[in-house]
Amino acid sequence: MQLNREELIKAYQGMCRIREFEDAVHEEFASGALPGFVHLYAGEEASAMGICLNLNDQDTIASTHRGHGHCIAKGCDSKGMMKELFGKKDGICGGKGGSMHIADLTKGMLGANGIVGGGPPLTCGAALTFKTKKTGNVAVCFLGDGASNQGTTAESINMASILKLPAIFVVEDNGYAEATSSDYSVGGNIVDRGKAYGLHAEKVDGTDFFAVHQAAKEAVERAKNNEGPTLLHVKLSRVYGHYEGDAITYRLDEETKDIKDNKDPIKIFKRKVTESGLLEESQLEEIEKSIKKEIEEAVSESKEAKYPVESDLLTDVYVKY
Amino acid sequence: MSKKTFRESINEAIKQEMRRDENVIVLGEDVAGGAGTKGDQDAWGGPMAVTKGLAPEFGRERVIDTPITESAIIGTAAGAALTGLRPIADLMFVDFMGVCFDQIFNQAGKFRYMFGGKAVTPLTIRTMYGGGLRAASQHSQCLYPIFTHIPGLKVVIPSNPYDAKGLFVQAVRDDDPVVFFEHKMMYDDEGEVPDELYTIPFGEANFTREGKDVALISMGRTVNLCNQVADEVKKDNISCSVLDLRTLSPLDEDSILEAVDETGRVIIVDESSPRCNVATDISALISDKAFSSLKAPIKMITPPHTPVPFSPALEDLYLPSADNIKKTISNILN
Repeated sequence: MQLNREELIKAYQGMCRIREFEDAVHEEFASGALPGFVHLYAGEEASAMGICLNLNDQDTIASTHRGHGHCIAKGCDSKGMMKELFGKKDGICGGKGGSMHIADLTKGMLGANGIVGGGPPLTCGAALTFKTKKTGNVAVCFLGDGASNQGTTAESINMASILKLPAIFVVEDNGYAEATSSDYSVGGNIVDRGKAYGLHAEKVDGTDFFAVHQAAKEAVERAKNNEGPTLLHVKLSRVYGHYEGDAITYRLDEETKDIKDNKDPIKIFKRKVTESGLLEESQLEEIEKSIKKEIEEAVSESKEAKYPVESDLLTDVYVKY
Repeated sequence: MSKKTFRESINEAIKQEMRRDENVIVLGEDVAGGAGTKGDQDAWGGPMAVTKGLAPEFGRERVIDTPITESAIIGTAAGAALTGLRPIADLMFVDFMGVCFDQIFNQAGKFRYMFGGKAVTPLTIRTMYGGGLRAASQHSQCLYPIFTHIPGLKVVIPSNPYDAKGLFVQAVRDDDPVVFFEHKMMYDDEGEVPDELYTIPFGEANFTREGKDVALISMGRTVNLCNQVADEVKKDNISCSVLDLRTLSPLDEDSILEAVDETGRVIIVDESSPRCNVATDISALISDKAFSSLKAPIKMITPPHTPVPFSPALEDLYLPSADNIKKTISNILN
């Protein structure tokens, strides 16, 4: 563990912020307050934070339908995000995008994505910009085990490989693509797929923030040293279903219990840092409390916030038409 | 001003824009040709040699030969556009949209709206369309109506070398994603084209002929067919106007309504498949906004509702023809 106190605190704050956000969305959705559909990231926090703490605002990420965690980890404003989920005018995308299209280009967050496998080609594009302009930045793509089976992913890792792009593909394998197991749907294995295209590829324990952080750190260094793209197969679990409202009948109760008891990255992080004396329990509880308050405010402010109006319907289609 | 082909006109537009703006790059399959070979490093310049000469001048960093990987080509271009480059992506044949359409219509075309107006995606997609080359069903389609259907995309379809250059320069400089349609049978067409850079604004149709009896409304290659017919029927004292739409999105509704108003008789010539195409769209527009100006039913000249056939005998029957336009003119005048 080479992280300093400040970084550890940042990591814990981020993971707690994601969890609180998702738990709040879970509740608000169940109560009928939220329109549309949402896919929650709870349980996967170590991946988003472990990766994004290695990035700056000019580095980019492309995300997925399960994108709230990535957005928060990359620095998107949690209140703006919550307002967006409520479809409010002050939402981070003016209420026009919703859960699956949260983006903040000033933070290098190129968008959650409603299309499975939509992000990998875009990541090559951002990486090509960095390579062409010699900015020294890196483009990261989060995708799931489901997207690992999409043709766009194969095309993109090949493109990144042959053009030696500063790109990192983070395959978050939570075990299920919708209601289908990744044991069933992934032929061969994901690391081998990366290696087959000439990428540096490795499997990472996604319940362990420190493992993800270290793998990402090395991947970013490789990208910046012009050593080409990396694929990380991050094995983790989602606490909730594919989407809110999913009864999760495909997953046995004991597996869900095991996820909550033994695979919770926040609990694991907390245990590690307190046992090793890096941070104190009371300090972590302070963080938990202040994040809880922040998210409660986000929800109440979102409920109070105004909806967009009719004139907003027609704007933002084109720069000029 | 000098005589240039349609091909030379686009080539010159790309080169001049690349000289002017270092953020302009070109990527696609064999846009240079010869990557990884010991042979010619500017072997093709695309299958129709439109991008020939770019790689030697600008280098392979800016003229990027890609694998045959349309989703990654278009997606890479879209992502690059979103982050500060001004890419020209080559989708060789528009028929290949089937293997990359998500990146065009769900990604590039929607960024701005989905992200609440914060995204700028200055992407130009060049693509070839149309029949006549005996290229059969998967290399001859028009498909521009499908792109026109998508809010967030702009669709440009020049009919001559002069327009091609001006519209192409506008496409590159435009801050929205543009799909630029080049008819594969037009590359050797010649016309006067200024040497210097100029732009033609989108959404401004062009009357290539003035007339008072019948308005022929068309786009791309079939504009030339309409021009030819308009010139030929003059000897029968029939006066046709020809309206070249130039861009399908945005669409110059005012000029369409003006053409209807001046003639009261409209024939729309559209090489794309007949269901839900540009002809039906314009016909609906006229019915809605200018019904009382009509002296005869609106006529649409399109291919039949079939894939594009291979056999020259069949493809010639399939495509809109001068004869067909002439017959339709005489029908609606009588």
